[in-house]
Amino acid sequence: MPVVRNGGRRDACPTTNSMETQTALPTEELLINMGPQHPSTHGVLRLVLTLDGERVVEAVPHIGYLHSSMEKIAEASTYQQYVPYADRYDYLNAMGNEFAYVRAVEKLCGIEVTPRCEYIRVIMAEMNRIASHLVYFGCLGLDSGAWTPFLYCFREREVVLQLFEDTSGQRLLYHYLRIGGLRNDLPAHFCDKLAEFLDYFPDRIKEYDDLLTYNVIFRNRLEGTGQLSQELCRRYSISGPNVRGSGIPYDVRRVVGYSIYPQLEFDIPTQEEGDAFARHLVRVEEMRQSVRILKQCLEKLPEGEINVKVPRKLKPVVGEVFERLESPRGELGCYLVSDGSEKPWRLHWRAPSFYNLQVLPELVRGAYVADIVIILGSIDIVLPDIDR
Amino acid sequence: MNTSIIYAIGAAVRAWSEEFCQGHGIPTLFVDILAWGIGAILVLVLALLVALFIIWLERKVSGYIQVRLGPTRVGPVGLFQTAMDALKLLQKEDIIPQGADYWLHLCGPVLVFTSFMLGFAVIPWDVKATLAANVDLNVGLLYLLGVTSVGVLGIVMAGWGSNNKWSLLGAMRGAAQIISYEVPLLLALVCVVMVAGTLSLTRIVEAQGPGILAWYVFKPYLWIPFIMFIICGTAEVNRTPFDLPEAESELVGGFHTEYSGMKFALFFLTEFDHMWFVGLLGAAVFLGGWQSPIGAADPIPGFVWLMLKSFAFVLLLQWFRWTLPRLRVDQLMGLAWKFLIPVGFIALAIVCVAVLFV
Repeated sequence: MPVVRNGGRRDACPTTNSMETQTALPTEELLINMGPQHPSTHGVLRLVLTLDGERVVEAVPHIGYLHSSMEKIAEASTYQQYVPYADRYDYLNAMGNEFAYVRAVEKLCGIEVTPRCEYIRVIMAEMNRIASHLVYFGCLGLDSGAWTPFLYCFREREVVLQLFEDTSGQRLLYHYLRIGGLRNDLPAHFCDKLAEFLDYFPDRIKEYDDLLTYNVIFRNRLEGTGQLSQELCRRYSISGPNVRGSGIPYDVRRVVGYSIYPQLEFDIPTQEEGDAFARHLVRVEEMRQSVRILKQCLEKLPEGEINVKVPRKLKPVVGEVFERLESPRGELGCYLVSDGSEKPWRLHWRAPSFYNLQVLPELVRGAYVADIVIILGSIDIVLPDIDR
Repeated sequence: MNTSIIYAIGAAVRAWSEEFCQGHGIPTLFVDILAWGIGAILVLVLALLVALFIIWLERKVSGYIQVRLGPTRVGPVGLFQTAMDALKLLQKEDIIPQGADYWLHLCGPVLVFTSFMLGFAVIPWDVKATLAANVDLNVGLLYLLGVTSVGVLGIVMAGWGSNNKWSLLGAMRGAAQIISYEVPLLLALVCVVMVAGTLSLTRIVEAQGPGILAWYVFKPYLWIPFIMFIICGTAEVNRTPFDLPEAESELVGGFHTEYSGMKFALFFLTEFDHMWFVGLLGAAVFLGGWQSPIGAADPIPGFVWLMLKSFAFVLLLQWFRWTLPRLRVDQLMGLAWKFLIPVGFIALAIVCVAVLFV
């Protein structure tokens, strides 16, 4: 528990003139628990806040309420058995998690997958990025008090989820990617349905922008809120749209260039301001870029096999491997150590939400209570991703 | 059109109470009390029914705005949904949190509810018809602002008495907000009072006739007060974009977090009735109250017109709520003190000049 500081802490908190002139009034700071049950902590995050009126003096995040031994489970299951678990910790990016895990295992075993498989995997990952950013968009609307964008976003997300369901039989946790390939090929109508969605989706993004992004109240709430400097980004190892909102064009898809991303044309959207609004704009633009990527993938999608032969009992050589890719939340890394048996000796996730959350106390210091939910929404965390 | 259905009901109630008192040898003093009492109960029942209707309407409107249907199952187009909800709330256990101040916790919702209900006393429903037939309070507007301000006390009592820090924050916000927005609201209404030359709501409505062009909203020098009234009215009702005292995503539920059952229902009903109340007030002072847009020759009763006008306000507030995000507390205060109040004084000056020379 944090120490309740008395009035001496006041100078650290930027105060207005009127507050300074009233220091003669004896005031107390308020220690208050935000969460684990709270509508806007995006799950079961607990923040212990020290408030000076409506101002935040100190915020201490407490995590672990959703801890489910995701990494330990890997040590008790074979390489193939673990794939569905990978879905489950960052549930908004299930395809991306599987992608990271199967890539790590394939690198460990030296498996090369077919070109068609690579394309389908990228299609899935990008569709999942769109779905994840739609959830972000809607939830930030909820956090700022606008209820309607959420339902609009979920209307489009539904189309994406339907395509996932048609492909893998699941709507949220797919277990679609397999080591050395995929569960099955795309269904017959998939490409047409997706192309149709990609045609109208940019218009829908514009609709959301008109409704929420360029609303003057929303802009006033977001601009200047949660200022994240480049120095803070480096110190806390921030990644994903958060770091790009601060003007650093760091995107693993470009920096590492894994899978077929080097063959695709897309921009890395960045904003210089580093506030919540900049991060918001980056995510909206990323949805447009994902549409671009998906269109190219559909054009170039090669025919052929989707699976390569992989032995039933997968026993990689002794060694370790670290594979990273760009999840909607940032740099997602999968670290695998093999001792030559059919089970991993150790698996570790470099979960982007975990790193991004650490900067929260810095961002909310001196902000208003209402800003906490905006900042939390704008760094876009997923709690199971943090607790694993 | 000198009489109306509402007036006739009021007169009948009065005649019956006179007869009742004479028949039972009750002093004539009690005739007024009896007649007003019956009138008050009628208005209360009407207000509760309208609140139920508005809650249903809110659900439908939000449904249409959000590409969904809203309630459809209970009764035709889900009309009885809120009635069933009210029944459910009645059955619920009344939970008083540990460490709560029992009396403050109890009095909070009661005071909030009562203060808004008192405001209905001076609403002119139709020609010569306020709550009790022909009673017309000559300081109606002043009375109305006075009694509705008492509701703030109820909110603070609820927030403090709940022994919950989130509730306390909500109550503090509520008090600050409602007191702040009372000032520009008052300025907007003073403009109307200057034009009408009276504080009596009945006479303010009478001054806006006949015909649509006589309504105050169509007088160019009252446009600024009208817009101010809409903004401040929204803030007074604590609805988005000014729903900071409740602010579900920040303060969980604000001052009514710790309430359940009927006490919660009182807050809930008050919120929706207050919306209608602002609509009635706005209709009376800017849209000509029960006056018909085509003058006295209109066969449609004035009460119907008043309802239509007040519900136009209600729909406007609902549209705001389902479209706009929420302001932050400093922006809210800044809007009231740094923008609306100066603008209000300017509008007042304009109206002064207009009243002198137009």
